[in-house]
Amino acid sequence: MSASDEELPKLLGDCVHCGFCLPTCPTYVLWGEEMDSPRGRIHLMQQHAEGAPLSESMVGHFDACLGCMACVTACPSGVQYDRLIEHTRAEVESEHPRPLRERALREAIFALFPYPRRLRALRGPLRLYQRARLDELVRRTGLLERISPSLAAMERLAPPLGKAPRLPERVAARGGRRATVGMLTGCVQREFFPGVNAATARVLALEGCDVVIPRTQGCCGALSLHSGREDEAKEFARRTIEAFEAVDVIVVNAAGCGSSMKEYAALLAGDPAWARRAEALSARTRDLAEYLVELGPRAERRPLPVTVAYHDACHLAHAQGVRSQPRALLAGIPGLTVREITDPDVCCGSAGVYNLLQPEAAGELGDRKAGHVRGTGAELLVAANPGCAMQIATALRRQGAEIAVAHTAEVLDASLRGLGRGALITDAP
Amino acid sequence: MTEKVTRLAERLAVLLGPDAVITDPVRLRTYECDGLTNHRARPALVVLPDDGAQIAQIVRACVAAGVPYVARGSGTGLSGGALPRTDGVLIVTSRLRRILEIDIANQRAVVEPGVINLDVTRAVRPHGYYFAPDPSSQQICSVGGNVAENSGGAHCLKYGFTAHHVLSCEVVTPDGEVVELSADGPGYDLLGVFVGAEGTLGIATKVTVRLTRVPQTVQTLLAAFGSIEGGGTAVSAIIAAGVVPAAIEMMDALSIEAAEASVACGYPPGAGAVLIVELDGPQAEVEHQFAQVKALCEEAGAFEIRVAADDAARALIWKGRKSAFAAVGRISPAYLVQDGVIPRTSLPRVLARIDELSAESGVRVANVFHAGDGNLHPLVLFDDAEPGAAERAEGVSGAILDLCIEHGGSITGEHGVGVDKARYMPRMFTAADLDTMQMVRCGFDPAGLCNPGKIFPTPRLCGEVPGVRKGVHPLVEQGKADLF
Repeated sequence: MSASDEELPKLLGDCVHCGFCLPTCPTYVLWGEEMDSPRGRIHLMQQHAEGAPLSESMVGHFDACLGCMACVTACPSGVQYDRLIEHTRAEVESEHPRPLRERALREAIFALFPYPRRLRALRGPLRLYQRARLDELVRRTGLLERISPSLAAMERLAPPLGKAPRLPERVAARGGRRATVGMLTGCVQREFFPGVNAATARVLALEGCDVVIPRTQGCCGALSLHSGREDEAKEFARRTIEAFEAVDVIVVNAAGCGSSMKEYAALLAGDPAWARRAEALSARTRDLAEYLVELGPRAERRPLPVTVAYHDACHLAHAQGVRSQPRALLAGIPGLTVREITDPDVCCGSAGVYNLLQPEAAGELGDRKAGHVRGTGAELLVAANPGCAMQIATALRRQGAEIAVAHTAEVLDASLRGLGRGALITDAP
Repeated sequence: MTEKVTRLAERLAVLLGPDAVITDPVRLRTYECDGLTNHRARPALVVLPDDGAQIAQIVRACVAAGVPYVARGSGTGLSGGALPRTDGVLIVTSRLRRILEIDIANQRAVVEPGVINLDVTRAVRPHGYYFAPDPSSQQICSVGGNVAENSGGAHCLKYGFTAHHVLSCEVVTPDGEVVELSADGPGYDLLGVFVGAEGTLGIATKVTVRLTRVPQTVQTLLAAFGSIEGGGTAVSAIIAAGVVPAAIEMMDALSIEAAEASVACGYPPGAGAVLIVELDGPQAEVEHQFAQVKALCEEAGAFEIRVAADDAARALIWKGRKSAFAAVGRISPAYLVQDGVIPRTSLPRVLARIDELSAESGVRVANVFHAGDGNLHPLVLFDDAEPGAAERAEGVSGAILDLCIEHGGSITGEHGVGVDKARYMPRMFTAADLDTMQMVRCGFDPAGLCNPGKIFPTPRLCGEVPGVRKGVHPLVEQGKADLF
């Protein structure tokens, strides 16, 4: 949640200019420029705070920030860059007029992605488009790239779509019930990766949880919150709080969503009617892996002889500090080998809607990440965020690499149900 | 921007491409300081070359235009060595980050100057080697910067400074010539002159570094003492026993507090000082000496000794130490990092005097130091929002340097003189000493365009006034130097 104007000088002053953030910043890694590093961006924020207007070049450097928060992890001085950049993004949205074309693209993105129903309406045509192999034609001709690189990025990123069965409102625990948990189904996760949600519900049930999936839930507001659209984010937050007030724990399987729900407390701190409810909800929010490790394993793990590379989603590792839990869950599966990816702290370029707004930088980061994933020699990439999964899968496809991509929940589901490696990987005949 | 600089910017944009030349004032200001923020100067131009050949082109263009230039790596220096000139060009090497060659058989690697120190180790670690210089900023500082500053690090007690790990450098001289300086071969050791010259004698464009074999075993312990004196006694006892640890580091209570706030390193509570001792080498030797070190720490009054059981535990012990500088940001709005050297035996007396200075002035001082070689890093804390606080801190900081000189030490151990300590040089050297150093500088840079204004206190003789000099060189005129 963004900083207030009174806090700003202190938050900016926390930076001692040591530079420890530089090597973990994706744009610094790409371009090696001070202005595109956290230290440089804080310097720009300072200039703005001292009265320099938000120039075109300043906004360009703020827009280029992925908001991955790797710098927050790296900073020894405890600079709250997350709050600084959210504050800055909100300022940019209110003070800086964007060109019409860019404005239209942003409006379109925020009118589509936070609304599962609108996404669903898109599914039909998109499936037809994919089945008619129009995608191949479009990519070959480069038609869309010429019209809009952002649209082309959107088209490339869409995963192959299958059927999307709707989850029931309640999934009963198997064996003795150990807990009752709420489950966030998300927007992109729900419409583009329905299999992940189904797997999440099954794993939770098999581990002894009654899973409550409220129909009233909508978007958690993550995309808006992380793009400076604060009012919109607050509205989404209030609706999400209402939907989940009845459950003790809310389990989230998308890193970006989990991190934004943990930020509700700060987001609504200034709203007396909602502050306490927001704080309570943030305190009850858990990432799936985080929760499963807290709960402790009970269901039998069946062997899954697969070599996996585990990808740290930024909003899981940096924003929520969840690193060891997914690895522990994966390592707990007999026969499964976990490999580490080089430069795990550097973002894959997905970063919410970054890959739609800054397709070029995102593409380069995706290629770097895909290269490191291939370097592990793993057969399966495990990522706990739909954005990362789409981004890295697209980059792997571009490099012609045959590495399957799955969510931690799907791997656990395959093990708990004894489906074998065939459920995750298509072996060559 | 002066007309001279405008024309130079146009010329450089043609040579390097427009993306590599920064002229926007807002962007330029992000380069106004390095890791030392109390000196700031917005460069007239920033250029981001891609390779060494471009650096040579830039230098030649600057020389032709009579514009001063400064090289900068990652911008983590602590003496303002890469402080830009408002009338000059800042040449940033952050895009020269290729590791060009790894030659394990000959224990060497060739890297570009912008390569990050730790990345050299990462690249050769699978072969069982590493790059020994390990400044606390090793995760981001550049090898080029290490060469310029002759950087040390916690392990230089046993392994030496950057100078001991650089075999040769390809250098663009201040007049734009590309030369190879090597430690091998007869003749003057020009490489020895170049390393540590703080970027005043040219810009390294390729560095051949020595790779060191990863030791067979490493043992690390953390000993907690009630007071600094106990720690100091232990250090002297360890060295007197003939043990050469890879590192001996000490932190006092205030710096422990900062590190705890920052990285939760979990040092023993209530410690007035902690000592980190690391031994490495052949198993049998390390085991024997480690027992000795433990006993000596106990004798000196350590109330708790922790031995790192594995790499993770070792990393945690080091994390507190390595993040200490920046971590002080958690307990103080602003601070000065001082860097001075004293004979190891003077440690207790000097520390007691620093305590007095702190009490007299009301300025808090946190102490972090490479105890093994007497390299102190007092961190002088102040609130930059409070009027006069910075000046008081500056006063204490300077008094600490005087203290170092008084005890036969030095005004810098590893951070360099840069712009920050130039004014202390006359306290340590006579005018004749400084003239001799200037002669060396003028031998390389008669026009005085290469990182001018650093190291030396006043613009004396040649060198400090940028611009193409006409007529006879002052040193030659005075009969102090000959031109060959």
